[in-house]
Amino acid sequence: MSNLLRIATAGSVDDGKSTLIGRLLYDSKAIFEDQLSSVEATSRSRGQEAPDLALLTDGLRAEREQGITIDVAYRYFATPKRKFIIADTPGHIQYTRNMVTGASTADVALILIDARNGVLEQSRRHAFLASLLGIPHLIVCVNKMDLVDYAQERFDEIRHEFRNFASKLEVADLSFIPVSALSGDNVVERSQAMRWYEGPSLLHHLEDVHIASDRNLIDVRFPVQYVIRPQREEFHDFRGYAGTVAGGIVRPGDEVTVLPSGFQTAVAKVWAPGGRAVAEAVAGQAVTIELTDDIDIARGDVLCRPANRPHVGQEVDAMVCWLTSNAQLTPGARYAIQHTTRSTRAVVQALDYRLDINTLHRDEAATGLNLNEIGRIKLRTQQPLMFDAYRRSRETGSFILVDEATNNTVAAGMITGPTTHDANVVWHSASVTREQRATQGMTVWLTGLSGSGKSTVGAELERRLVASGRPAYLLDGDNLRHGLNAGLGFSADDRAENVRRVGEVAKLLADAGVIAIATLVSPYAADRERVRASHAEASLPFVEVFVDTPIALCEARDVKGLYAKARAGEITGFTGVDDPYETPESPHLRLRPEDGDAAAQAGLVLDLVERLAP
Amino acid sequence: MSVAYELTHLERLEAEAVHIIREVAATIEKPGMLFSGGKDSVVMLHLAVKAFWPAPVPFPVMHIDTGQNFDEVIAFRDRTVEEYGLRLVVARVQDDIDAGRVVEVGGPLGPRNLLQTVSLLRGIRENEFGAVFGGARRDEEKARAKERVFSFRDEFGAWDPRNQRPELWSLYNGRHRKGENIRVFPLSNWTELDIWSYIRDEGIDLPPLYYAHRREVVERDGMLLAVNRFIEPRADETPFEATVRFRTIGDATCTGCVESHAATADEVVEEVAAARLTERGATRADDRISEAGMEDRKKEGYF
Repeated sequence: MSNLLRIATAGSVDDGKSTLIGRLLYDSKAIFEDQLSSVEATSRSRGQEAPDLALLTDGLRAEREQGITIDVAYRYFATPKRKFIIADTPGHIQYTRNMVTGASTADVALILIDARNGVLEQSRRHAFLASLLGIPHLIVCVNKMDLVDYAQERFDEIRHEFRNFASKLEVADLSFIPVSALSGDNVVERSQAMRWYEGPSLLHHLEDVHIASDRNLIDVRFPVQYVIRPQREEFHDFRGYAGTVAGGIVRPGDEVTVLPSGFQTAVAKVWAPGGRAVAEAVAGQAVTIELTDDIDIARGDVLCRPANRPHVGQEVDAMVCWLTSNAQLTPGARYAIQHTTRSTRAVVQALDYRLDINTLHRDEAATGLNLNEIGRIKLRTQQPLMFDAYRRSRETGSFILVDEATNNTVAAGMITGPTTHDANVVWHSASVTREQRATQGMTVWLTGLSGSGKSTVGAELERRLVASGRPAYLLDGDNLRHGLNAGLGFSADDRAENVRRVGEVAKLLADAGVIAIATLVSPYAADRERVRASHAEASLPFVEVFVDTPIALCEARDVKGLYAKARAGEITGFTGVDDPYETPESPHLRLRPEDGDAAAQAGLVLDLVERLAP
Repeated sequence: MSVAYELTHLERLEAEAVHIIREVAATIEKPGMLFSGGKDSVVMLHLAVKAFWPAPVPFPVMHIDTGQNFDEVIAFRDRTVEEYGLRLVVARVQDDIDAGRVVEVGGPLGPRNLLQTVSLLRGIRENEFGAVFGGARRDEEKARAKERVFSFRDEFGAWDPRNQRPELWSLYNGRHRKGENIRVFPLSNWTELDIWSYIRDEGIDLPPLYYAHRREVVERDGMLLAVNRFIEPRADETPFEATVRFRTIGDATCTGCVESHAATADEVVEEVAAARLTERGATRADDRISEAGMEDRKKEGYF
């Protein structure tokens, strides 16, 4: 069975975008004879010899007359492997407005670069927007290779330059393909003229892009869309909550919490459309859910798992793209907001900065946003929203603002997290302030029993932060005992000194702009409290994460064989066996085995980190 | 669905359409759904029935009746409406002709597809529909490729392609004032092949015209037209019998058929997959008027 790939294209007419799409459609036989003969006739009437494939994608009369693209156009084609939907967006006028419209649901962004011109300002803009919208895959087509003699050097140059820029963005998967849309090189078939290029053609790449793991299958989120009460004899007591699963997997029997009320209940049945009972529903499926308890639930409420909830709140920080030329976005303005299935009102509390999408410079002096401008705002809503950071979930992290006077959609928003209120006092004697550094650091402190999985979660967290371009450094308790803490044992005093030293190193890293990840058993509450207090004193963010793995499970894992030795009496003073572990009373985050494997747990920590240091 | 929790493309299209239909019912007062008995509207209605199960579809269906219909299609329409327990509203083009609101071009038995817009707008007004579902697909035609899923229409029913509302994620803005309306296209992302594959997989019943059958036809303007009480052979035309089926069904005076032996949904899927002509280009005289035919009609209020 084939699946579906949504592609957003960006680039101007001059880059040969329409020709490239025309070529994809034509070579994959998605063009019908009557469409082609109409294009041939038009091309002939304009004195062109070969059919101008760009004409295949021009829809409106003004576009054909002026040779421009006005709005997002959707194209469809299929191969035996996949069905493709292309949202084709113009590059020149209103590029931002149109590109966010076309790209908001895309799996892949296709950016065109004219090999003669190289990476232009608009290429950067497109890459930035793709990254802002969280498109997981970015393909850069270096087009018109025929006009640079199919030279590998030119392709490598452009690739190098683009990579340099993209390293500042969040792009999970970036690839480059040298093509000539006009002659078809590397579009569907591999090019004979560029034997130095060993990768797949564009079409084959599109067929193989792995998108199955792009969806969030961890965080169960079900925004109730519509309540179904048939009032029919045979379904007298039926009360179903219809909606589309926004994240995770929902199964009958699952315990769920209803937000914002907080009621606990369980899933009784999951129905696919038309009344087919299913064993599970995954993100993206439209279903109807029956619950075991008869409680008051309305459109806009969200079902989630009791131990994994979205944020519930009325104040959010968000990146917004302003979509109208009729008015500016200014602090104090009020709008209707649509977020998942919830509609309420919102007021713009503050405009933190306007982002120059060419230089990524943050203009904190900006007083408003104009059409196509992007900035970060603080919003306060009339009713609470149930949300996640956009980077974690496009479905529960996105919203639109609607002008109630005109009913127009005026802004697209991506939530970064709950509103953060700036830490006020910053102590420093150095001439370089923290704000002047490229990044802001913090300390993430993972505490838990030996074998609880701290190091694995910490290492995964470090990997993901670094992959997303943020400096992070893992301070692993075991490893540090070989150097920094060599000579310290496991007495209460030595443990206290161990924790103190690691705490101080973490502080230095955080002060330097690094996210320090400390993974230490750190069994005593007083030691941890000292580290926390010294961070607070230095105005450095400190997050305590309790890796709450039951001792039975830690012992069953016993990766290092230490539990066996402790039980056998070969080592003494072992935490959990003959030395106490003082459970954190109010950690910022508690990770339990039911939150998933180390990768899933690291995702929860990452979410928290992003909220605190966006 | 596979073990990797990956949905097939038809599963995703179905989920998207169901989401859209439910969203309209939840957020817009007084929706109505166009239903002509044509395959796209049959699939759309099938999705609406599935979306609200086990409750009945919470809105009426509307047929814009040109008065020049295939009998089989009207019989199918009435049977379907009864089976699902729906309320049917009919807006008749004949009423507008009789009232002098529109003038027939080409005299009696001229094509009436172009006259439908007036009756459509009247139907929307009289029933105070805030939203009207249509089965149009973006792959059908160039102008339609630019249409939003929620397409705002002003008080004259007009579409302004240069000033459409941005449409992001699955957040649809259906807000409008009284007198304005939203046209909603749940099948926007479906292709003709998707429609037929879905009809096959779901076992959806269609008017028999869609499957190969013997009938008397004449060839006109490169199309085969069925001979019936609306199409009389002209002096220079010789009617002949052929095995044909209809790829689209509209006004009986301007909808052509194609030679085909595809007698089941399975066979039609095969035929459509191999087709080299678009369905409208092959069989709709009304779309051949000009390169911008659809664009102009949409600006006037057409679907």
